Amino acid sequence: MQIYADNAATTKMSQTAIDAMLPYMQSIYGNPSSLHSIGQEAAEALMQARETVARCLGCEAKEIYFTSGGSEADNQAIMTAAINGAKKDKKHIVSTAFEHHAVLHTLKKLEKQGYEITLLDVGEKGLVTPRQVSEAIRPDTCLVTIMYANNEIGSIQPIAEIGQVCKEKGVVFHTDAVQAVGHIKIDVKEQNIDMLSLAGHKFHGPKGVGAMYCRKGIVISNIIEGGAQERGKRGGTENIPAIMGMAAALSEACENLEANSARIAKMRDKLIAGLTKIPHSILNGDEKMRLAGNVNMCFEGIEGESLLLMLDMHGICASSGSACTSGSLDPSHVLLAIGRPHEIAHGSLRLSLSEYNTEEEVEVIIEKVSEVVEYLRNMSPVWRDLKEGRRNHVI
Amino acid sequence: MLYSEKVMDHFKNPRNVGVIENADGVGEVGNVKCGDIMKIYLKIDNNIITDVKFETFGCGSAIASSSMATEMIKGKSVDEALELSNKAVVEALDGLPPAKVHCSVLAEEAIKKALKDYYDKNGIEYDHSLFPDCGNCEHCHA
Repeated sequence: MQIYADNAATTKMSQTAIDAMLPYMQSIYGNPSSLHSIGQEAAEALMQARETVARCLGCEAKEIYFTSGGSEADNQAIMTAAINGAKKDKKHIVSTAFEHHAVLHTLKKLEKQGYEITLLDVGEKGLVTPRQVSEAIRPDTCLVTIMYANNEIGSIQPIAEIGQVCKEKGVVFHTDAVQAVGHIKIDVKEQNIDMLSLAGHKFHGPKGVGAMYCRKGIVISNIIEGGAQERGKRGGTENIPAIMGMAAALSEACENLEANSARIAKMRDKLIAGLTKIPHSILNGDEKMRLAGNVNMCFEGIEGESLLLMLDMHGICASSGSACTSGSLDPSHVLLAIGRPHEIAHGSLRLSLSEYNTEEEVEVIIEKVSEVVEYLRNMSPVWRDLKEGRRNHVI
Repeated sequence: MLYSEKVMDHFKNPRNVGVIENADGVGEVGNVKCGDIMKIYLKIDNNIITDVKFETFGCGSAIASSSMATEMIKGKSVDEALELSNKAVVEALDGLPPAKVHCSVLAEEAIKKALKDYYDKNGIEYDHSLFPDCGNCEHCHA
């Protein structure tokens, strides 16, 4: 038996998405830039996909630019705002300490080029307030970029309110909504979002495809130079099958959003209730302002990679923010940003559910995680020190 | 796969997990900030390691390295155990990913520290240069 609980990393493709892709590999494989009928059929499909994505976000089709994924969209949106800002001598950007690396590393690059970056504190719950944003904006601020929902701890930011603040101050507002699109109702116009990034594979679409929404009126800078595709703003022949799959998956996700969210959130709450019964454990992120499928816990006295390997042996696919899984000496920057000390952050576990999970699976996860945590604690010298009072419990 | 079959075997079925009460030598290395701590307990009779146990807080390769290292010194003389290198542990495990080699270093150093503790407890003279201090983990993390 396999239980897939790593939907924040990527999702299983829906049959709807697969079915939507196949014709564009098998028969309508033309290049949308070609004049012949097979190309024009592809161009027609591309237009429809663009309209579908636009409808799901509450914008116009011409404000959607297809990319290779969320990271490219983040890069392009940020570089666009930064380049536009520099033209007016505005080289200050406001963001947060717990953004995805696609944002953080782009900001780091800009910092080296002379931009000034303010990373807002996200507090213990992983939430930014509109007031913090308002106070951080300066006359030379060219961009506010704040993620819609955090990929690790699932906290959902007050995006509409932040958008309002940015609108009032005349600052471009971008949100990395990779974890939110298809899971939270989004209306970019109502929420005053100027730019948004999304990725197809986070809502049961294919990998390697995403989109950037960019409000009309903003002059876009290219990341990829090339032909006239995407209104000349993103060179390269469009990945039509992937775009069709993404549009179909998004349409399906948006249609079923409320019903799915309610069912997934119920499983999430059951999972949280079960796992918080493990002694010396703590939930990361806000309890209420939280993605329906996200559970993120820290367990004291154990290390995350061994926890993941043991869970995998029981058929449970999850993820962790430990240093060993991050590929560096430091554990997850998100867990450090919410103030978890290193030793606690090493023992983190993220379980992310989707509509394909079941209540029964949740029960198995609770049972197995509890067993594995106990097993690993029993071989941990740190746990022994905690138990025997030579070390103080942090949680 | 990230790890060899040997590593996974020792991770899934770690040998010599536990504690020896009144051990003749105990060594603990690493720190929680880095995410790995190893503790080795030795029972030594007539210069022979008659029993060895370990406790490890760390990743899969840290647990596997501890398990393999304890197996390699069990029944050996103190002098033989002192010669155990992290390289030998890595080889016995059919290799570790480059970023995980420090786990084998920890295993070597934990054993050395436990042997030093044995020498100290029993007033046995030894060459201090044999026992480098593993005070921080930055030096062995890539």
